[in-house]
Amino acid sequence: MTPLADLPVWAALLTGFFLILGSALTLLGSVGLLRFRSFYERIHAPTLGTTWGTGGVLIASIIFHSVLQSKPVLHEILIALFVTVTTPVSLMLLARAALYRDRSEGNDGVPPFEVAAESQDKQRRSSGA
Amino acid sequence: MSALLPYPLLTASLLVMWILLNGLSIGQVILGGVIALAASLAMAALQPAKPKIRRWDMIPQLVLTVLADILRSNIAVAGIILQGGQHTRTSGFVMIPLELRDRTGLAVLACIITSTPGTAWVEYHAGSGRLRIHVLDLIDQQAWIDLIKQRYERRLMEIFE
Repeated sequence: MTPLADLPVWAALLTGFFLILGSALTLLGSVGLLRFRSFYERIHAPTLGTTWGTGGVLIASIIFHSVLQSKPVLHEILIALFVTVTTPVSLMLLARAALYRDRSEGNDGVPPFEVAAESQDKQRRSSGA
Repeated sequence: MSALLPYPLLTASLLVMWILLNGLSIGQVILGGVIALAASLAMAALQPAKPKIRRWDMIPQLVLTVLADILRSNIAVAGIILQGGQHTRTSGFVMIPLELRDRTGLAVLACIITSTPGTAWVEYHAGSGRLRIHVLDLIDQQAWIDLIKQRYERRLMEIFE
């Protein structure tokens, strides 16, 4: 007998739903990574996997283990927390590196760094006048 | 707080993490408490800037808003991917002038913007407080500026500043 036989139907349905939701979103994120054309578009796709993709699988895991062990199993929350906190670090590194390279190579479609200073000057001039 | 508890929030979080990982029992609470205390004293040696949270009551509301927004943009981005190449869509950079200066607030904002599919934090200019984000489905620049400022920045300023 597998432990699955002890699982009530409602819990099995909920677990299945969240598991499929999470894995479907992660799969879609990976498809997006493949399909999008530019680097800056591509960095959006994997966030599907790191947010509700991970979230769905974790919720399924919480329901499954909590029902089987008849006590709340919540350490999955820690995974969600650490994924959320660490994703921006790698994403910012990648995005800034790409921006730096595109600017040094003079590629199209990338805003220049000086825009910040320029528009500030403009603002200062208009407020002074 | 006192020299014994330099970072009460960090100590409490470490203890909660220990209990979540090891189960709730008296022995684990004591062991986790000792480890949390030792770790936060070690942290004190690094002297990080201590975040001040002024409005605890606003945090649950912000968390719920963000979770709902993330779910909504998950669906939106999944839709964009499913539509594939047939749909014409423009992505682009948006510059947002931020008034938020608190470091912890900015870190939380970075987590929110990054975690929301469809928006990505690209660069932040600390001198002028200008943030540049990349938006996957860009229709109206001003709408994005208003969204970030009204929805997140205002609340983060109330919580942290």
